[in-house]
Amino acid sequence: MCTYLTEKIEVAGSGKGADGWFGLTEASVYFDHPVHAPAEHTLNIDFLAPGRGPSARVAVELTVESARALAQAIESTLAAAPPGLT
Amino acid sequence: MYDAMMAETIGFNGHGGDVIEGYLARPLGPGPFGSVVVIHHMPGYDAPTMEIARQFAANGYAALCPNLYTREAPGASPDDAAATARARGGVPDDRLVGDVGGAASYLRSMPTSNGKVGVIGYCSGGRQAFLAACSLPLDAAVDCYGAFVVGTPPEGMPLKVGPIIHLAKDLSCPLLGLFGAEDQHPSPEQTAELEKELTALGKTYDFHTYEGAGHAFFAVDRPAYRPEAANDGWQRIWEWFGRYLAG
Repeated sequence: MCTYLTEKIEVAGSGKGADGWFGLTEASVYFDHPVHAPAEHTLNIDFLAPGRGPSARVAVELTVESARALAQAIESTLAAAPPGLT
Repeated sequence: MYDAMMAETIGFNGHGGDVIEGYLARPLGPGPFGSVVVIHHMPGYDAPTMEIARQFAANGYAALCPNLYTREAPGASPDDAAATARARGGVPDDRLVGDVGGAASYLRSMPTSNGKVGVIGYCSGGRQAFLAACSLPLDAAVDCYGAFVVGTPPEGMPLKVGPIIHLAKDLSCPLLGLFGAEDQHPSPEQTAELEKELTALGKTYDFHTYEGAGHAFFAVDRPAYRPEAANDGWQRIWEWFGRYLAG
């Protein structure tokens, strides 16, 4: 099914797309049909810079297990970083 | 039998007179031919949708698929365009009607047209096919698993779409509905509700819900593809358009 569910957040940082690095301003997180991944549904993340046009996008489509593992890895990496840096 | 066809990108006037991009596939014979506006799925104006347009041309119809994301993402790849449109809340209903109306006018004006124009849409395009058929004078419509004709979208959903079952009274043409029993958007309960409304209004329609199939069962490039449902669905599409658009 098309879930249509989307979380949109503001982000600061950079991403590398088809034309090289660019500054990111937002990200969309949604669970829906992938364009490329061989699964019926995936957790999709688009890192975007709408001010630079639609092609300023870094996209990933992750299986449910991969997405959960990524979320955990992000949390544990941040938790393990030296105090004062995060 | 002369079966040559032509498929190419064109510009035509859509909503508000805007020139938008479209993919036109048409038989090269003298006609007259019926025509179909093909409404792409939410993932956009992509290669599989263009293949669907060519499929119609190969079967004797002129088909025009508007790029509904032309304005948000001119020249962008289909997946980038779809992501942009999604983040902005999708295609507004009035704009959709204007774009489909423009495509229908373009098709009717072709010298090989028999004057009849139908519409078919997939996924979000299924809802939009119903919306177009309730808003424009058309000759036949096919809704392939369109969500939110009936039912309210989940809380927090960014797409600016709402239920449009109240428009059913204005349905201008016969409607074929092709759905998956395992789909939740639309669910079998929702398509049954639409069917009930169409019956009450005395509209001409034919709905089929395929067991073992979910959303997007026509999509040959996705795991959701269900050959049995898709093959039967295509057959019903040929019969439907053959009855109401051909000749």
